[in-house]
Amino acid sequence: MRGIAKRFGATIALKSVDLSVEPGEIMALVGENGAGKSTLMKVLSGAHAPDDGTMYLDGQSYRPNDPLQARESGVAMIYQELSLAPHLSVMENVLLGIEKSRYGLVQWEAMRDETRKALAAVGLETVEPEIPVNRLSLGQQQLVEIARAVALECRVLVLDEPTSSLSAKDIEKLFQLVHTLSDRGITVIYISHFLEEVRAISHRYTVLRDGESVGGGTTAESSDDNIISLMVGRNVDNLYPRNKHTPCEVALSVERLSGLERPQKVSLELRRGEVLGIAGLVGAGRTEFLETLFGLAPLIEGKVTIGSYAGFADPALRWSQGVGMVSEDRKSQGLALGLSIADNITLPSLEGLGPRRLVLPSRQATASDPWIRTVPIKCQSAQQQVSDLSGGNQQKVAIARLLHADVDILLLDEPTRGIDVGSKAEIYKVIDSLARGDPEENRPPKAILVVSSYLPELLGTCDRIAVMSRGRLSQARPVSEWDEHQLMTAAIGQE
Amino acid sequence: MKMQKYSLSSLFRSSAWLNIGARFLALIVVFLFFALFVEDGKFYTLRNLENIVRQSSVYATAALGMTFVIITAGIDLSVGSIIALAVVVVAWTLNIQIQGPDNELVYLVHQYPFTSPLLACLLAIVASTLVGLLNGTLITRLKIVPFIVTLGSMGIIRGLAKGIAGERDIYPPEETWIGGLMDPTLANPNKSWMLFPPGVWILILCIAVASFILRYTRFGRHVYAVGSNEETARLCGVPVGRTKMIVYGLTGFFCALAGFMQFSYIGGVGQPTTGVMYELFVIAAVIIGGASFSGGEGSILGTIVGALIITILYMGGQQMGWPKWVQEMVIGAIIILAVAVDRYRHRKMA
Repeated sequence: MRGIAKRFGATIALKSVDLSVEPGEIMALVGENGAGKSTLMKVLSGAHAPDDGTMYLDGQSYRPNDPLQARESGVAMIYQELSLAPHLSVMENVLLGIEKSRYGLVQWEAMRDETRKALAAVGLETVEPEIPVNRLSLGQQQLVEIARAVALECRVLVLDEPTSSLSAKDIEKLFQLVHTLSDRGITVIYISHFLEEVRAISHRYTVLRDGESVGGGTTAESSDDNIISLMVGRNVDNLYPRNKHTPCEVALSVERLSGLERPQKVSLELRRGEVLGIAGLVGAGRTEFLETLFGLAPLIEGKVTIGSYAGFADPALRWSQGVGMVSEDRKSQGLALGLSIADNITLPSLEGLGPRRLVLPSRQATASDPWIRTVPIKCQSAQQQVSDLSGGNQQKVAIARLLHADVDILLLDEPTRGIDVGSKAEIYKVIDSLARGDPEENRPPKAILVVSSYLPELLGTCDRIAVMSRGRLSQARPVSEWDEHQLMTAAIGQE
Repeated sequence: MKMQKYSLSSLFRSSAWLNIGARFLALIVVFLFFALFVEDGKFYTLRNLENIVRQSSVYATAALGMTFVIITAGIDLSVGSIIALAVVVVAWTLNIQIQGPDNELVYLVHQYPFTSPLLACLLAIVASTLVGLLNGTLITRLKIVPFIVTLGSMGIIRGLAKGIAGERDIYPPEETWIGGLMDPTLANPNKSWMLFPPGVWILILCIAVASFILRYTRFGRHVYAVGSNEETARLCGVPVGRTKMIVYGLTGFFCALAGFMQFSYIGGVGQPTTGVMYELFVIAAVIIGGASFSGGEGSILGTIVGALIITILYMGGQQMGWPKWVQEMVIGAIIILAVAVDRYRHRKMA
């Protein structure tokens, strides 16, 4: 491959992007959400047709009409969300669209051999081609997707945020595989938000912003600050606002709380005016802990006291007690994607939006507008559908919902997962100002519980941090007593 | 290593067989219930068994196409109307008059007693397949959900059938072999060598062909892929639109065959109002047979068992002397029960 050069015009998603990658190179494509990374790659892989611009593959003009043509010319894409047909077998998934057949009849033996070869190439020798793909773990499913790309002699492999649903172990495996593939001369384009990943995997990087390529370079020679400021177009040395928080009375106290499997005998005190972080690995039971607190998961043992009430709770009761939760999965749990921003923000507290318990859409919008401005959410109007927004703005809608309900206790589960740096900074600012409160506007400080897997974020925003490991929660200690290394050791349970 | 391989694949196979086996068990239970409780053992006489098979053939044939549709996560509400259209087209063709040798009008059937019913079948198949393809085209080109498109075409096609028939029943001038497709064979010593009426044999042939298509052809596997994850199928280069079109066309085709059986079953009359509500029985058969409305699941064999269960419930209820309203309530409850049991099993497996 002698380098791809592309230029697009006329569309809003991509103004004009140039990108060239050498054979066998791992190129990281970074940028905020909505910068056009995924769109660009969809053009490359034939899912979208470009309005303008040209592409070259191996010096030849390249213009796929559909994904199949792109696959046949050697360009394969692994999408952010797993794109497997869950009911079909591994081999049918690997060879989907390119099944071996004669006179329209599927040739199972040939399919099996072909699949074995592709699976071996991605280190899945032990997986039988016949088993349904939904019996595999998430990490294995991801590898099956890559096997699908390898099965067609791909020369360019595009990975769109492939790690968002993987555990640390699977991520490591994936990285090894990517390196093996690139050693074999396959070009890899790797899309990611995580600078750590970019650093761990790529040779070079290109930054996209607002549909334009704004810069790039050799990864080893650039600093994080460099890349971040290219991504957001401004300096973000002030990502984490550090204002003084003054903890006051206890808002939520948890005593020896146990759920079905996790959490196990968790005790905790959360005060108004403080941000308490919970670190830990995926699967340690952090989400289950929040769900038990919020009445979504059964409480087997122990006591949750809010104010003076320590009895049974369901989510409706928790909302009425002034507790709000932002769930970790905004697409399937956190938001009603098909509804408007105003609908989503006002969902838990529809009182007072019209006469006689009626709900007037116009009042929903007026009630939402101030929050759209303070958070702030980038949108055309409060009536816009949430699904039109970028991930970061969707997450801000989820948080604005808690502000509208004026809750006192905020339970935030991975509040910045998978969103761009700019949105992250804005969410940190909101968290900080909530914890501070504002006596002049008669806003008392709030109590905030943040669950996150991103350690710099916890260290940057929290006042105290506790670590959950295998369902048990450590003592919460002031943030000054922790560093990333200690948090990680505690999370793995080696303390 | 070797051991593990075998156990894995046999586990998969056995769970598929378990799936079908459970449905057969349900079929047997329902059958035994009526066999025990219908007085004088009338329910398990040969003649009654034949009736069950004859009655279920219409549903089952139409349900073959519906199985394809539901596996792609679609639905076709127009099957009852397409059956009526086929019935009417057959009767209409049999009523064509031509100029005779002495310049007077004679019926085509009288001139060509064998080939003109064949022509009738051909026209009905063409008409039904065309409306099926039209459903498919509207769904894929206009990107309207199948429920809406077929809800609309249900009315359009029914109207068309009534229009062709001039809003009354068409009585063909002569009995033909189509009219005899579903005649009982066991009661007639001359025909008992056939075991089943010819229409049932057509169904058995269709079952074999449909199972084969679904399991062994590229198209069949694409049907599952589209239903399991449409976006993935598209990104992998599966011709999603074409697959869907063909699936609705197939439904039209199978409805034409079901129409021939229905034509014979109702006594060789072109009744434009026949087959009302059949879509519900047909969909119920497919769902009881283990297909999922969210797509990706379903099998021909399961559908056939489903159709038999529905028919046995219907006929058994009649013979028990249950009033019509009880029958309707029982069938409705069984559909919900079947799906509830299925969901429960799924959750336990996951």
